Amino acid sequence: MAETTTPDVLRAEHIVKRYGPVTALRDITIHLQKGEILGLIGDNGAGKSTLIKILTGFIPPTGGTIFINGEEVTLRSVTHAHLLGIETVYQDLALVNQLSVYHNMFLNREQIRGPFLNNRKMRQQAREQLDQIGVQIPSIETEVGRLSGGQRQAIAIARAVSTRAKILLLDEPLAAMGAKEGALILGLLRKLQESGEISIIMIAHNYAQVLESCDRVNLLQHGAITLDKPVPETSLEELNELVMREYRLGSAHNSASQ
Amino acid sequence: MAETVLSNAPLPEAEQPPERPQHFWVKAGLFLIRRREASIIIIAIALTVYFGLVTNFVTRENLPIISAYVAADAIVATGEVFVLISGEIDLSVGAVAAFAPFIMYFLTQDGVPLLPSIIVALLVCAGIGLLNGTVTVLLKVPSLITTLGTQFLISGITLIISSGEPIPTPSFGSVNNFLGAANYVEFIWAIAVVIVFQIVLSFTRWGLHTVAAGGNLLGASEAGVAVNRIKIANFVLVSVLGGLAGMLEVFRVGSIDPLANGDGGTYLMFAAVAGAVIGGTSLVGGSGTVVGALLGCLTLSLVQDGLILLGVNANTFDVVLGIAILLAMIANIAITRWRESGK
Repeated sequence: MAETTTPDVLRAEHIVKRYGPVTALRDITIHLQKGEILGLIGDNGAGKSTLIKILTGFIPPTGGTIFINGEEVTLRSVTHAHLLGIETVYQDLALVNQLSVYHNMFLNREQIRGPFLNNRKMRQQAREQLDQIGVQIPSIETEVGRLSGGQRQAIAIARAVSTRAKILLLDEPLAAMGAKEGALILGLLRKLQESGEISIIMIAHNYAQVLESCDRVNLLQHGAITLDKPVPETSLEELNELVMREYRLGSAHNSASQ
Repeated sequence: MAETVLSNAPLPEAEQPPERPQHFWVKAGLFLIRRREASIIIIAIALTVYFGLVTNFVTRENLPIISAYVAADAIVATGEVFVLISGEIDLSVGAVAAFAPFIMYFLTQDGVPLLPSIIVALLVCAGIGLLNGTVTVLLKVPSLITTLGTQFLISGITLIISSGEPIPTPSFGSVNNFLGAANYVEFIWAIAVVIVFQIVLSFTRWGLHTVAAGGNLLGASEAGVAVNRIKIANFVLVSVLGGLAGMLEVFRVGSIDPLANGDGGTYLMFAAVAGAVIGGTSLVGGSGTVVGALLGCLTLSLVQDGLILLGVNANTFDVVLGIAILLAMIANIAITRWRESGK
């Protein structure tokens, strides 16, 4: 991977999130370089989804600063984050099963002609965008609810990059997916990365997939980053060891307090 | 670089193109189940033929009666379709329909011209919709409860301001005809409302976002859709259409009755929801059509009118209608579930 002189497209410093007495994120500092795929791993409840929701403008942080291309920003809303080039693909994909592929791809960004939807234009553009990144589906008119898991994931990613997003946040893109479909999605991400313009943060559970597909990995434990290493400098053993140590400490702590 | 050809991925059975040619009747059957409008038209035709054979159903005297039954139901159902698709329900719209004509009446009695009086009455209805929507969306009270509350509230207010007595609809000459007094006029209003709002539902962002809010509330809001605003707008719409239906009804019937349309409008509301659901609008949100709701209301009205012509006792009639509606609701949920699982 490139030298550390590569500018950070995204940088979040000392992010804190509290829900009343509960602290979800203690003190997170995370950065993303241009053209990089950063893997974000950590156990359930470590705060991965909370962090993603903050970076995408869905919830405000309690404290901390966010920089986009070196400029400090306050993400006011999801739409505001979109304008700054941040797109998120949530675990639930934010797809509406009852709507067609092209309506989903243009959801909240509809092309209109006067008061009416410009369906012809949306169909045409959606088809072009899917062809461009090599996603094939039976028909652009198909209701999304009729597609397979991999196809749905691909539609959601295609929608995110179709907006010329620069920063893509993916919340467990490979969850609940067969090996074959997972490999196709990873191939799609590699292809996006090769275009050079897109930087990706990917939440994942499967460490092997992270090591295979990411350039750098961050481990999130109890609301703080405990490991930040380029993939070549770490290993499956190290990641497993760190997470297992957390378990052992956790259970020791629990039994001590009882 | 591996080609990302997702269509190579194994698909569920139903998505594979049918290998063997299906029998015509099988295809027709599937079409009818998929397109609820088609199946409901067939039911409506069958009912018309049946009642036509056994009673003097299709006559110049009876057709205006059926069209009048359908009209108010269909106007209210149009609004209810929007609310239902966005994943909510409005039980108060019948009470609003009974309430609105009194506002119009008192304003005209105070010397306000008719048109501004109607507009003010509709604005008050919009305010009630705003209240329903805001309480439901912002205070997170289920709409079933919110609108049950406003239904009682509005009915109570109507009884107070009317002293519980019906009053004759004031005459504004031929304007009365235009507002529903003449045969078929209210029906024409209903058709116009249905056409306009079917277009809104199918071809505008409002319609698309209504489906998105009801189909995947969290997902739509994650995509940036203003789901709360859409829901509130739909509550306003159903209330305004309720007010409109109520006012057309008093010009057709000739009296402003606080207990009109079944104990302060509950029957009107119930028929509208039932019509929407019979016409294929999902009770759990995410799908439905205004045209389907019109056909659903037509079917209900055919049954209602046919049973009356058959001389069925009014109490028996409610039992039959209740069972019919209950069966339609059960079928609605079952078909939604079937569609979601079997695809």
